[in-house]
Amino acid sequence: MDIKLTIDGKEVVVPQGTMLIDACRQAGADIPTFCYDPDLKLAGSCRMCVVQPKGWRNLVASCVTPAQNGMVIETDSPDVIESRKVVLELMLSRHKLTCHTCEKDGECNLQDYCYRYGVTESRFDGKVHNLFKDDSNPFIERDYDKCIMCTRCVRACDEITGARAINIMDRGHHAKISTAFDGELVDSPCVFCGQCIMVCPVGALTSKIAAGKGKAAQNDKVLTTCTYCGTGCTLELNVKNDKIVGVTSNRDPELSPVNRGALCVKGRFGWDFVNSPERLTTPLIKENGEFREASWDEALGLAAEKIKGIKEQYGPDSLSMFSSARITNEENYLAQKLMRAAIGSNNVDHCARL
Amino acid sequence: MTNSINELESDAKCIFLIGTNTTENHPVIGYKIRQNVLKNGAKLIVADPRKIELAELADVYIPFKPGTDVALFNGMMNVIINEGLADSKFIENRTEGYEAMAEIVAKYPPEVAAEICGVDAEDIIKAARLYAESEASSVCYAMGLTQHSTGTDNVKSCCNLALLTGNLGKPGTGVNPLRGQNNVQGACDMGALPVVFTAYQNVTNDEARAKFEKAWGVTLSGINGLTLTKTINKAYEGEIKGLIVIGENPMVSDPDLHHVEEALEKLDLLLVQDIFLTETAKKADIVLPGVSFAEKDGTFSNTERRVQRVRKAISNVGDARQDWEILCDLSTRLGYPMSYNTPEEIFEEIRTLTPSYAGISYARLEGEGLPWPCPTEDHPGTPILHKEKFNRGLGLFHAIEYIEPAELPDDEYPIILTTGRSLYHYHTGTMTRKASGLDEFMPSNVVQISSPLAKANNIVDGEKIRVTTRRGSIELEAEVIDGIRENVIFTYFHFAETAANYLTNASVLDPVAGIPEYKVSAARIEKI
Amino acid sequence: MAQEYRVLLEYADKINPESASDYIKVGGYKGLEKARSMNPKDLTEEVKKSGLRGRGGAGFNAGMKWSFVPQYPETKYVVCNLDEGEPGTYKDRIICQKNAQALLEGMAICGYAIGSNQGYIYCRGEYPFVVELLKNAIGNAKESGALGEFNIEVRMGAGAYVCGEETALIESIEGHRGEPRFKPPFPGVEGLWRMPTVVNNVETFACLPFILTKGAEWFAGIGAKSYPGTKVLTLTGDIENATYFEVPTDYLLRDVIYELGGGVKGGKKLKAVQVGGTSGAFIPPQNLDTPIDFDSMGAIGAALGSGAVFVMDETRDIVDIVNRIAKFFEHESCGQCTPCREGTFHCKEIMEKINNGRGSLKDIENLKVLTRVMVKASLCGLGQAAPIPITSTLTHFEYEYLRKLM
Repeated sequence: MDIKLTIDGKEVVVPQGTMLIDACRQAGADIPTFCYDPDLKLAGSCRMCVVQPKGWRNLVASCVTPAQNGMVIETDSPDVIESRKVVLELMLSRHKLTCHTCEKDGECNLQDYCYRYGVTESRFDGKVHNLFKDDSNPFIERDYDKCIMCTRCVRACDEITGARAINIMDRGHHAKISTAFDGELVDSPCVFCGQCIMVCPVGALTSKIAAGKGKAAQNDKVLTTCTYCGTGCTLELNVKNDKIVGVTSNRDPELSPVNRGALCVKGRFGWDFVNSPERLTTPLIKENGEFREASWDEALGLAAEKIKGIKEQYGPDSLSMFSSARITNEENYLAQKLMRAAIGSNNVDHCARL
Repeated sequence: MTNSINELESDAKCIFLIGTNTTENHPVIGYKIRQNVLKNGAKLIVADPRKIELAELADVYIPFKPGTDVALFNGMMNVIINEGLADSKFIENRTEGYEAMAEIVAKYPPEVAAEICGVDAEDIIKAARLYAESEASSVCYAMGLTQHSTGTDNVKSCCNLALLTGNLGKPGTGVNPLRGQNNVQGACDMGALPVVFTAYQNVTNDEARAKFEKAWGVTLSGINGLTLTKTINKAYEGEIKGLIVIGENPMVSDPDLHHVEEALEKLDLLLVQDIFLTETAKKADIVLPGVSFAEKDGTFSNTERRVQRVRKAISNVGDARQDWEILCDLSTRLGYPMSYNTPEEIFEEIRTLTPSYAGISYARLEGEGLPWPCPTEDHPGTPILHKEKFNRGLGLFHAIEYIEPAELPDDEYPIILTTGRSLYHYHTGTMTRKASGLDEFMPSNVVQISSPLAKANNIVDGEKIRVTTRRGSIELEAEVIDGIRENVIFTYFHFAETAANYLTNASVLDPVAGIPEYKVSAARIEKI
Repeated sequence: MAQEYRVLLEYADKINPESASDYIKVGGYKGLEKARSMNPKDLTEEVKKSGLRGRGGAGFNAGMKWSFVPQYPETKYVVCNLDEGEPGTYKDRIICQKNAQALLEGMAICGYAIGSNQGYIYCRGEYPFVVELLKNAIGNAKESGALGEFNIEVRMGAGAYVCGEETALIESIEGHRGEPRFKPPFPGVEGLWRMPTVVNNVETFACLPFILTKGAEWFAGIGAKSYPGTKVLTLTGDIENATYFEVPTDYLLRDVIYELGGGVKGGKKLKAVQVGGTSGAFIPPQNLDTPIDFDSMGAIGAALGSGAVFVMDETRDIVDIVNRIAKFFEHESCGQCTPCREGTFHCKEIMEKINNGRGSLKDIENLKVLTRVMVKASLCGLGQAAPIPITSTLTHFEYEYLRKLM
């Protein structure tokens, strides 16, 4: 059965069970959210998405309120705007404002919404927490002085990865995200997949590997397939000045069909080998047991000459090739074609068995 | 995989993991299995000598002796047949060879299998029932099943189990090898194998050869080539004189590294194309710098046969060149000119020669990618294989007897050594050892030892010990744990400086696949 | 009619509350017997007809609540809210200590009406002796066979005020953090372990046996029309008789204080009275002639709530009291939703500032904005009600604030 309701004066028809947030978005209203994540259990807790149903005493969180027949909804009534502004001010009151050095600067929901609602500062000042967690792990920075307690990290840890490494500790204003007994991640069931970083709407959780290399918003993102195991996860290489400066993931199932944004520690944090100073940058030829740099022409010429020599002397089957499970299909195709067509042997294999 | 990865998250009602430490080696698949168990109550069976993470969630955990896989499968099938849990309709309509298989399986009642495997017969019975009675059961395996001298038998037994219960060709079922490397599936598909061209067209098949001869304009050899492990042995014997290695590191990944080292030293030419000066590249006469995945365009094919795009994000580092350009240049210099403008052009050529890729184009790969077979441009791809019929028509049961691993413990080497991977490193560590976070987190190798074994040898957690086999020895830190069979030790093969493959056996390979028996070596441990 | 009318507490101190046979001797378990002779639907109708409304504070029609429970699921639960954490409230403890068997009987009646065989009593962590008493009472009732197939387990809370909120209470029984759930779904559809669950207050359940034995019409005829029956009140603060009373619901607040309560302690003048617990409104003396029932209280911007009556004499410092209340809510907010988590904290901060003579008009302005948003936008009743002491005193006692400003 379909539900008919009015949103900001527009009549909208949605299927039964539709939450107001989706109905509102269908009506063209831009509903701000922090805790809402369509892939995770609903929390309904940040109260940023509140809207005003006509005739109701209070505002409702549109992410957890099902649309009902005949509802008349206002998404930007003065009450709604006032509530959102105050919610933002309350968040700001516990959020360390160091946007100038923040990795998420420019890609931060809190920043965006404060801009949108003109919230320049919070009228609610008071004691500031000191929740920064100097966690010794090399992957995840936990700056809970920026945490707005949306709990998306807790839910992602549980519902995507299933590690259940973090949860909420303490109550009220003192509530914070914590491992069991408030220890370090390394002593928890954390597997450093960084799904928490993926869902964090602010800069509370960031990558230590990418830190200082380029603000997320300023990087180009190139969608590609992970270079590690055979799962075939899609990830985004973050590029700045022709350098890889980070990895993020895309949760759109159309673009990330296998993993839907989820990655593992290698995929999310194991990318900086690309920039290693130990990368080979020029051909090498060994002379008297020592390598010396060579030009491509010299190295390839020498290689061709030696291969031809062996082939002439011992026949094509005295040559063999190990192609690679890490290079592309196109390259594997050419490798075996070279072995078969140019050299004339079927001695080509790769490490499928190892 | 016969089926797709995301079926493990919802469609599979029972998942049987054997020889796969999924959460460490295929983490994202591990998450999906875990969620299916936690959210949907899917049943989970885990068979592994080590109590891997997912074993904690398992309905049945079978800590069986390394190398007794066939006995375990036969035991389960014995229960399924005797309790009438087999899918007789499927057997009748879709398979052949049942009687011969059943005859062998009859020799493995659960008690007999349990004795061989060193586990409780009750667990084998419970696992058999769970697998056979669930609406859709999927079996997933990795190198724990295949890296045995009976690797092929193990896989065939796995297929037997699926055929017996009709767990093929439907969502949430299947025989699902979880492949360890990003493009190991693609390398096989592309014919980087000694016996086949692309799409598994045999080099000994005249018709296939004729097709490639026509396309490539040359006469091709019809003699099967050498596998990687045999190449090393032939190099050792002096028959292989020249070896081209592209992005591989046999000096860490291959069995019996002393043997590999001697073999490589005997070569007249070792040409290595890589992004780092690997342990193998250090042995080379000529080293050619290729580029990493971040610098190239192309495609990878994942473990579920999904062909996906790889996209160039940055320029080549230094004077390094695209791997395909290096291959073209070398081929041209060898008198067989190859010239392409882009990887896409190469892919277009692949399509014309590779029936399962024929319908795939770069344009179609924008978005979700496509699982092969995809024979035509309007074909949607094939997430589930064998829906109507098998490649050969009927599914063939194999009658398989249990054969002991090649090297069993004895007085001199009383322990079983088994090797594998860590979540924090990848294969020979060429990349992950140079990834700052991963190497900081796990900078060195350990050997896992059960508490009783440690106690018996007076070894404490964190102590450096020596592990020795008939091939050699390495010294590394002991990690004393509870979740491992008492007489089994485990170590990682990622670390060149304490390479597990100094210990492994190159002399006995699976007779069909040529895979080394990495999961069973007789070993001893000593305090230093 | 300024006197008590005892129904639930008629046999207080005359019977052993743990003893089923004592209770049966004075007519106990007759109501359950009658209920079980009825069709469950008719039973629910009967309760609806009695007009019984929830005694925990929300005042929802009990029979109506039951009627929302779907019939088909096999597993359903009856949960009794005995998380009496409201400061100044102790009526549920009194009911248990005087007439525990009536509570058990009431739960069994509800169980029969909705088709549940399992009840839980969630008892406040500070009442270990009540847990003991209830366990004995349940054992005794089971032994006597009075409860039949109906089972009751007692679960003890751990001191969180918010667990008095029915969905937080459910989370706590399930072993989770005590955090309210968003509604819908309401517990009647998806409650304990995601199964249909009726959560009622002790006093609500304890009314049921009498409604069954004496009839819905009898009950509907007692006290206020829209909120019939009796109400157990607990008097605290500057009052002569700081004790409990059971009165019909049309009883005037003035009579509660000056008749039953014996007046303000020491003959002083009354400054304010807070009804319904810590989150209740502060009622000025000019509103004393209001009946205590749910709707009459609502009409003067107050709430009957749990029935706690906290009396403050003329010497009391309203701002100081509200400051203490603000501290209480800052401590008890579960921390789930932003307005309550941060709002209760900043309410406390501002109240402290004003109370310490460092406040300004701007602070009062900020307090008004903040409390308005907390009421409108908080996830559960705690955050919505926590500002009421502030807003009600800003309405009736603003001069006390202004006096303390810089």
